[in-house]
Amino acid sequence: MSNPVQELKGPVQASSPNVKARRGVKIATPAALRLPANIFLAIPLAVAVAFGVHLWASKNQPAPETNSYNLFLGALLFLSIAAAAVQPFWSHLRRWMQHMCPIIAAAISLLCLWEVITSGLRWLPMPYFPSPAGVLQSLVDDRALLFDSTWHSLLLLLSGYALGVAVALVTGVCIGWFAPARYWGMPLLKVIGPIPATAWVPLAMVVSPSAMFSAVGLIALAVWFPVTMLTASGISNTRASYLDVARTLGAGPWYLIFRVAIPAAMPNIFIGFFMGLGASFLTLVVAETVGVKSGLGWYVSWAQGWAEYGKVYAALVIMAAFFSTIMTMLFKVRDRVLVWQKGVIKW
Amino acid sequence: MVTSSAQTVATEGASLRFAGVSKDFPTPDNVEARTVALDNVSLSIAAGELVSLVGPSGCGKSTLLRLTAGLDTPNSGELYIGTEMITGPSAERGLVFQDPNLFPWLTVRHNIESGLVARGKLHEKRHEVAEFMRLVGLETFANAYPHHLSGGMAQRVALARALINHPKVLLLDEPLGALDAFTRMRMQDEVLRLWQARNTTMLLVTHDIDEAIYMSDRIVIMTPRPGRIERTIPITLERPRQRNSPEFLRLRGEILEMLHFAGAEKATA
Ligand SMILES: Nc1ncnc2c1ncn2[C@@H]1O[C@H](COP(=O)(O)OP(=O)(O)OP(=O)(O)O)[C@@H](O)[C@H]1O
Ligand SMILES: [Mg+2]
Repeated sequence: MSNPVQELKGPVQASSPNVKARRGVKIATPAALRLPANIFLAIPLAVAVAFGVHLWASKNQPAPETNSYNLFLGALLFLSIAAAAVQPFWSHLRRWMQHMCPIIAAAISLLCLWEVITSGLRWLPMPYFPSPAGVLQSLVDDRALLFDSTWHSLLLLLSGYALGVAVALVTGVCIGWFAPARYWGMPLLKVIGPIPATAWVPLAMVVSPSAMFSAVGLIALAVWFPVTMLTASGISNTRASYLDVARTLGAGPWYLIFRVAIPAAMPNIFIGFFMGLGASFLTLVVAETVGVKSGLGWYVSWAQGWAEYGKVYAALVIMAAFFSTIMTMLFKVRDRVLVWQKGVIKW
Repeated sequence: MVTSSAQTVATEGASLRFAGVSKDFPTPDNVEARTVALDNVSLSIAAGELVSLVGPSGCGKSTLLRLTAGLDTPNSGELYIGTEMITGPSAERGLVFQDPNLFPWLTVRHNIESGLVARGKLHEKRHEVAEFMRLVGLETFANAYPHHLSGGMAQRVALARALINHPKVLLLDEPLGALDAFTRMRMQDEVLRLWQARNTTMLLVTHDIDEAIYMSDRIVIMTPRPGRIERTIPITLERPRQRNSPEFLRLRGEILEMLHFAGAEKATA
């Protein structure tokens, strides 16, 4: 028990002045200087197992379908070994690996499990549940259309989200700050807001000149409600003492709104942004499924129409990556804007 | 360092006059009854005078300061700055609140600057920000956010934030209450230095009799429910004052006795 601890302490003390000089006041943790073997070997091991499983399962599969999966696993193996070799000299990579290796290894193990129960043991009905190799093959084969669909989804999502947020910030600030706007706006918000944007789909399809146009409007509507609600409540709950302080400093209404109330409401506003983002994903997929003739939602239902389930899963994989990337970016923006809350927020 | 800026920006204090000021609030648990926070308070403060306001908790000291700042309006009576009636807040009447109330989304530097930003004077007077940061001893924390500060540091930032507007009247609601004894004495001297350099009128709420005697020209003693002025005691000790001189200690004893007497009278009534 005491041995590894001493082992870890040695290098820390030896290099601590160095580390301190580089990273300011931050103190290096012992674990960051040395990666346990089980961490950096986890991925190569998982990949090796995946290879074995794949070899066994693909005995009864056509060759081209297994090719890209082999390539994928090979690339993964190469990268993980390269990373393990480089990490002693690259502290940034080491910290990242320490955090990510177990998760990635677990993901690869899940792929194995998936392969075992689909193409291996054939426990699931075949056309509906393709193996990971099959899905990857569909992804590679149909990459052009998938890329195009993702691009269209991105455009639609961003324009709808941006429109919704822009309108919601204006209405939210007005309702939160001005008493008359609150009196007239709040009932409207409370009645119209809770209707799910997707419930408007049939109406929107009839009324609007183009499906694209109505989809942007629906996404904007889905975003508008939570962002307006949370902006308004954030603004109207601004601590009176902050406003009092600003007034005694000679602040006018412009300063009170833009430099006090809005920054004070920012944590709330961001909750609205996240809720709005979730609602916009849902509305995007629904709008693409029923009206718009492009995008990932459309692709899924189109592939399903042709009974190409490999493509359906490929699109779902892309969708997962696409949505979580956007979500992550919003988290990054939030961390920047709300640095002043650091240590206070935990979500 | 600040004296030099005080020469370039010669701020003249302004006189204050409270004429029969009363303020009551609705009582939370009773719709009919009202809590009388201030009852017919009249007081004149000369330009450049430093007056301390002492009294037990709840006697309306903060209320009087808020009225003077223009954040609340009295139910009856008037407040004047010079000959002008106070109708709303203004940068010429700075207020340091009982809680620091720093803007948590701004760094120390930007909190101190906020008065300049609010008045659109940041370009003109940016150089003063560093001076005030040095004054309150927070140069090294310029880029820290308020939640990294101790209570005393936060209160010093609040002081600097109010001072940067060079107000004619500075209203201080226990601004040094959260400070340790040493910082507190140092800040008392700094506030006195500013007061003398600028001739600012100051109204200081404090619970500390020593602080009141050390700093003020006059001590106003208040009694609670309803908030009234019990008496005012002029302090004529030579400045700079010695905290341990016999006269100081004698005065302190007298005032403590007076306050105790005021309390006993209240209890029998
Ligand atoms: N906004 C308000 N609403 C209702 N009652 C209030 C309000 N502000 C003050 N009061 C009441 O007025 C009285 C005086 O309050 P004030 O804050 O002026 O006291 P204080 O002398 O500053 O006390 P402390 O020394 O504890 O700060 C108290 O009884 C308080 O309950
Ligand atoms: Mg008070």
